[in-house]
Amino acid sequence: MRRALANTPLLVGAVIVASVLLIALFHPFLSPYQVEQMDMANRLSGPTARHWLGTDNFGRDLWTRLAHGSAISLGVALAAVAFAMVFGTVVGLVSGYLGGWVDMLLMRVVDLFLGFPQLVFAMALIAILGPGPVNLALALMAVFWTQYARVVRAIVLTERAREYVRAAQAIGAGPLRIMVVHILPNAFGPVTVLATLGVGTAIVAESGLSFLGLGVQPPTPTWGWTLAYGLRFLRSDPWMSTVAGLAIMITVLGFNLLGDGLRDHLDPRGLTGRVRAGRAP
Amino acid sequence: MLSYTLRRLAFFAPMLVGMAVVVFALMHVIPGDPARVLLGEDATPEAVANLRASLGLDRPWPVQLAAFFGRLAAGDLGRSMFLNDSVANLILARLPATMEIAILAVLLSVLLGVTLGVAAAVRQGSPVDVACMMFAQLGVSMPVFWLGILIMYVFAVELRWLPSIGRGAPLPDALWAALTGNPAVLLDSLSHLIMPALTLGLTNAALVSRVVRTSMLEVLSSDFVRTARAKGLRRIRVLLHHALRNALLPVVTVVGWQFGALLGGALLTEGIFGWPGLGQLTVNAISQRDIQLVQGILLTFACVFALVNLAVDLLYCVIDPRVRLG
Repeated sequence: MRRALANTPLLVGAVIVASVLLIALFHPFLSPYQVEQMDMANRLSGPTARHWLGTDNFGRDLWTRLAHGSAISLGVALAAVAFAMVFGTVVGLVSGYLGGWVDMLLMRVVDLFLGFPQLVFAMALIAILGPGPVNLALALMAVFWTQYARVVRAIVLTERAREYVRAAQAIGAGPLRIMVVHILPNAFGPVTVLATLGVGTAIVAESGLSFLGLGVQPPTPTWGWTLAYGLRFLRSDPWMSTVAGLAIMITVLGFNLLGDGLRDHLDPRGLTGRVRAGRAP
Repeated sequence: MLSYTLRRLAFFAPMLVGMAVVVFALMHVIPGDPARVLLGEDATPEAVANLRASLGLDRPWPVQLAAFFGRLAAGDLGRSMFLNDSVANLILARLPATMEIAILAVLLSVLLGVTLGVAAAVRQGSPVDVACMMFAQLGVSMPVFWLGILIMYVFAVELRWLPSIGRGAPLPDALWAALTGNPAVLLDSLSHLIMPALTLGLTNAALVSRVVRTSMLEVLSSDFVRTARAKGLRRIRVLLHHALRNALLPVVTVVGWQFGALLGGALLTEGIFGWPGLGQLTVNAISQRDIQLVQGILLTFACVFALVNLAVDLLYCVIDPRVRLG
């Protein structure tokens, strides 16, 4: 615990991520305004006591809209990463444990998916599936699962040769039990780090697609769409784009710091480095 | 070297075929009848039947796949439903503009990323290191489209130094014009190009700087660097000639892998700066569900990405003999 508290990126990242998650969960209770409620007398205002983050051209409260948008952006990103993590982990587990032609076939499929630029592939899938939060999450999942498959497979390849796996095989444990009960726990750490960093990437991708008008459709106030809408007032009122951009950046920064911090925390080599430097407990 | 190149090429060809199969399969992922979905619920049965016939959807899928590969072999990527033009023509007219910003962005990111990464590693733990790594952390967290807006706001709206949208003469033409005594064309071209390229390059530079820093720190603590210093070589020579050369190896790989992200970023950046590349064409094709155009664009990007990674693999093998000997 003391080591975790001494890990600044982990701490800062955890605080940011926890704050954003709380905002996303409790956004209906965090503002006196409705998402579409207009206040024309105060349109395009900067931050004031009435409107903490200012208003848009219809006088709609930007804090309310961004808080509502956080639920959409985080929801899509977390769903995409969760699906990708589960699917990729299963593929990596099966591929690494069974080996042979199953491994070769699955890894060639992974290579194929990795051969496409991620965002372009996600865009093509949206063209096929149509816009909307569920399709967006599916499209992002389809481009993210490969990294989990590769990481888990690499771990399985190392672990399956160890004595404890052979011992489990010798006492008659089946492949499914060995994979799930014995080998899978070794992948939890790396997969958690990858997923944490992946949520940041997914938020950027979701915002980018919404920015282009290909993600969650208006009037849902996603961060990307608010940013794109604010572009129309860039010369006179750059505030609108700025707060939406800041919301995305701070959230992604939080997940990246948390991911980096977790990696340092879970990586024993990092501990060795700190012991040598005399900073570890 | 030759056998390594042949091995890589032998892997490259099936990859391209596989990617083409994935692109072909996209049409068949559409839930329900693709022709009905593409035309909408109000379409007449005749219109749906016509579209099915024109897309070849009324034939068994192995026949469709064979026809798809036959067309690809002839350089035919199909026809855009909405622009009523050849997909290959539409892409070829815009691809050079997209590649222009992508390539300049790679150059900028390597230049900036390597400089910052080396500075951070050499002064590890100093304020320079902290500043460089803060730049890197912010850079990888900042969405490219927001960075583009900020750059545009500062340099085009507030300072009015650069034109906010559009493209000058194509860079090769502008370079030729400069060589033949008309540098104004090159300056105009660069003034349009610099903001989109910087937008893309800065985000990538953040990642490159992190990789260079890690790699440099590892190399700087290795025996051959200590030996070089012990032999009395000057610090700057050891740094640039011995350490940096080895530390740059992972950068080559990262640049190759990041090129895919760069192409995606280019689509976003083009929209902000009104750059006449594949970005707007892609967005329109997706909004209108112009599937053949989407398929063509996806295949083009996949081929460019695969070619860049092939080039990176071959370059890596030139730089590091262990790769081809291993």
